[in-house]
Amino acid sequence: MSEPTIYERSVPDRCGVDLPDCDVPETPLPQDLMRADNGQPELSQLDVVRHFLCLSQRNFGVDSGFYPLGSCTMKYNPKINEEIARLPGFAWTHPLQDPDTVQGNLALMYRLQDWLSEIGGFAATSLQPSAGAHGEFTALLMMRAWHGDRGDTGRIQVLIPDSAHGTNPASTTMAGLIAVEIPSDERGNVDLAALRAASNDRVAGLMLTNPNTLGLFEEQITEIVDLVHGCGGLVYGDGANMNALTGIARPGDLGIDLMHYNLHKTFATPHGGGGPGSGPIGASDALASYLPGPIIAAEGDEEAEDRLRYFLKMPDRSIGRISTFFGTFGMLVRAYAYIAMHGAEGLRENAMHAVLNANYLRAKLRDTYPVPFDRINMHEFVCQGRIRGSPVRAFDISKRLLDYGFHPPTNYFPLTVQEALMIEPTETESKQTLDAFVEAMLRIAKEARDDPELVVTAPHTTPVKRLDEVKAARDLVLCDAEGRKK
Amino acid sequence: MTYIPHTDDERRAMLDTIGVGHFEDLFLDAPERVRFPELDLPRVVSEMEVAAAMRALAARNADLQRHESFLGAGSYNHFVPTTVDYVLRRGEFYTAYTPYQPEASQGMLQAMFEYQSMICRLTGMEVSNASHYDGATSLAEGVLLALDATDGKRTKVIVSPAVHPQYQQVVKTYLGGTDARVVGDEDVTRDIDDLAALLDEDTAALVIQNPNFLGQFEDVDGLADSVHRAGALLIVVSDPIALGLIRPPGEDGADIVVADGQPLGLPPSFGGPHVGIFATRKDHVRRLVGRVVGETVDAAGERGYVLTLGTREQHIRRARATSNICTNAALGALAAAVYLATLGKHGLGRVAKLCYHKSHYAAAEIGKIPGLSVNPQAPDKPFFKEFVVALPKPVAQVNKVLLEEFGIIGGYDLGQDDPRFENHMLVAVTEMNARAAIDRFIEGLRRAVA
Repeated sequence: MSEPTIYERSVPDRCGVDLPDCDVPETPLPQDLMRADNGQPELSQLDVVRHFLCLSQRNFGVDSGFYPLGSCTMKYNPKINEEIARLPGFAWTHPLQDPDTVQGNLALMYRLQDWLSEIGGFAATSLQPSAGAHGEFTALLMMRAWHGDRGDTGRIQVLIPDSAHGTNPASTTMAGLIAVEIPSDERGNVDLAALRAASNDRVAGLMLTNPNTLGLFEEQITEIVDLVHGCGGLVYGDGANMNALTGIARPGDLGIDLMHYNLHKTFATPHGGGGPGSGPIGASDALASYLPGPIIAAEGDEEAEDRLRYFLKMPDRSIGRISTFFGTFGMLVRAYAYIAMHGAEGLRENAMHAVLNANYLRAKLRDTYPVPFDRINMHEFVCQGRIRGSPVRAFDISKRLLDYGFHPPTNYFPLTVQEALMIEPTETESKQTLDAFVEAMLRIAKEARDDPELVVTAPHTTPVKRLDEVKAARDLVLCDAEGRKK
Repeated sequence: MTYIPHTDDERRAMLDTIGVGHFEDLFLDAPERVRFPELDLPRVVSEMEVAAAMRALAARNADLQRHESFLGAGSYNHFVPTTVDYVLRRGEFYTAYTPYQPEASQGMLQAMFEYQSMICRLTGMEVSNASHYDGATSLAEGVLLALDATDGKRTKVIVSPAVHPQYQQVVKTYLGGTDARVVGDEDVTRDIDDLAALLDEDTAALVIQNPNFLGQFEDVDGLADSVHRAGALLIVVSDPIALGLIRPPGEDGADIVVADGQPLGLPPSFGGPHVGIFATRKDHVRRLVGRVVGETVDAAGERGYVLTLGTREQHIRRARATSNICTNAALGALAAAVYLATLGKHGLGRVAKLCYHKSHYAAAEIGKIPGLSVNPQAPDKPFFKEFVVALPKPVAQVNKVLLEEFGIIGGYDLGQDDPRFENHMLVAVTEMNARAAIDRFIEGLRRAVA
């Protein structure tokens, strides 16, 4: 049964919270500017709490169960970080305060810039982008500016492997550049011959996700970077999969010029049901002065950290601001605490165990679900959701997994694999959880053969059955019907 | 400290299943010359130690709970009812991903649908997305939408100089990927009529902020008609608290309404995460940027919710998507939904009135201080919760006295964005400032300029 909407629960003249009386003389209100009704619902506080508690119980998070959503890195979000980010000294500071009154915040950001640069192998980092795609767009604007400053204005193409996230080509268009797709080869790598053919003086750069979305480390990474640099282009690293590389290999050491980090993946800031994220961007020495700003700088004795004074600085050739203030600061606080708790060794252990878990699942599932690129993978792998002799598809398997209490893998992505199921277990899942998931997957394969109807009509145990997405797009109800009444 | 559960025996068994002898053998694809770098990071600390270290770091900041504050300018000190954080801390919400699997995400989807409904009513618009990063990026993508909606050939965007300076900067950064240019912002003395005079057949959008960056209400009578006659779109940057009381931009003919939703239940958090409000008219629904939730039915005919109009988005449309946005600010939108539901129609109106009365009381009292004047450039314009104070000395000097002698965080130094506003302070007064605190602020100002 569905939960009524907040407007259906509304009763005229209720209010969920008391506010103080006006303790100053009142000023006549500007009658000609006022509205009769601001249209907000009217509920008691208990009604509000029960409503949203009920909604929360109809939602699945990492805290609810295994969430192997490939490419999204749904790992455990440490609870201590939620406490820390809510300290009044962080949460209740204002971004426009005098820098001398927020030295704690600036110290935190300064160190985090430094740590991220160290982890990725970059010269400098700006924390301003608010999400991964925001970081991509930022990097492309930096590329444009860098080429422009060299008088190289004919570089309008961005090379993007066909396995890339959709955000890569979308960001390219936003940056006024043209996406050129590069195919993958039979081992799941960038096709080197195709890349060579596309590398010319029209190329601004390459966007490379490594490990790629098949979960594979680009075996010819050195050749790829050399090819693009050789034609005068830059290499942008999509850091969505950096969680597989912390302490394993630094993108900067591989010759990558720019990269965004997803703090909400690699450094476990919670995904929030779709944000806030955080997409800091690291840059090589040559590109550091183009970073969006302000960034945090320090003056004083670097050897005596507590005597440093921190201040805001706009990089010399900055592309400008990419959001207000300093990006999603609350996420920076969480990522800082996370890195401090892990240290160099802990971050490497994270990557290693993420890779261990993904390879373990591949080894257990490969005989039942075909793995098109069946070699040692990194933090995720892609198998195919099809069962010989059964009409069941990847979509159905995903829905049936919900009945077993698991969140499904990513479906139908990357686009280069038919019936793709992209599985990313992360390092925080135990062998017992992985074994239970394998058992469910094997049982679903059996069901697909013995009783396909059970699978193609799944899920059966969720608060709603399969939803009519075609109707949603056709009839377009985007707002509560009550919301249309004045 | 890590959160890895594996025991040595389990690790061994798993490696055997995979068929590799050594853990390190999983990483042979990484070139040997770069493999396993020694990262120079600080010594690792436990949860207990990190909590202490972070408390020490936080203690080096002056925060708005220990200090009275009159600082606004795009991030505000508003009351947050306890219901908001109670809901945000539900692990089912904050540890979830974007609701791609609707059957497992009905809670977030319904909450986003309700958020969209509340934002439509608040702004007087027909369609709201499920959030953007912040107010400035909402505005920037609104401008991109306008460029697209006006056939993609227009290259002029008129931006009022009274739009938040950082919003103006973000718009210009975003336009770095287009042939469009911003005009109108270069002269702070330009009013709405002057901006309207710049409209022509090359104009894609006219952008105003209302109440504007200086807190004042703009005269928008007839503006939308002028903009539409030129075939352009009117984009209004709004304040969601003011909309509790004031006629919404939708009723004045706006085509796109954006705002920063931070006042709706989020702490300032040093500027983020905030949440971007983005609302428009049905005509533009297929150009809408970001996620949007639609109502539908399930296989049994029960009501349910899904992400819809995915064909606009990057994961389907790739290079032809209306925006690159993926992760947005869903949890901030959830906060806004809980905030609006808790305060409701009357509570929101009450907050708006308290802001209005308290800021007018403060402005009137400050105006009595010899040597100070309030809103000197526009003394007769109505204002909402912020106003300008012209001081006889630098704002930084006044703020230093306020902080050191009165423990008060003073207003924003307008001179840092525009030399013509040297010695001008932008003051924000909200429901959080009790009369006694306002009186102390006034006393502090008096002392600082004496």
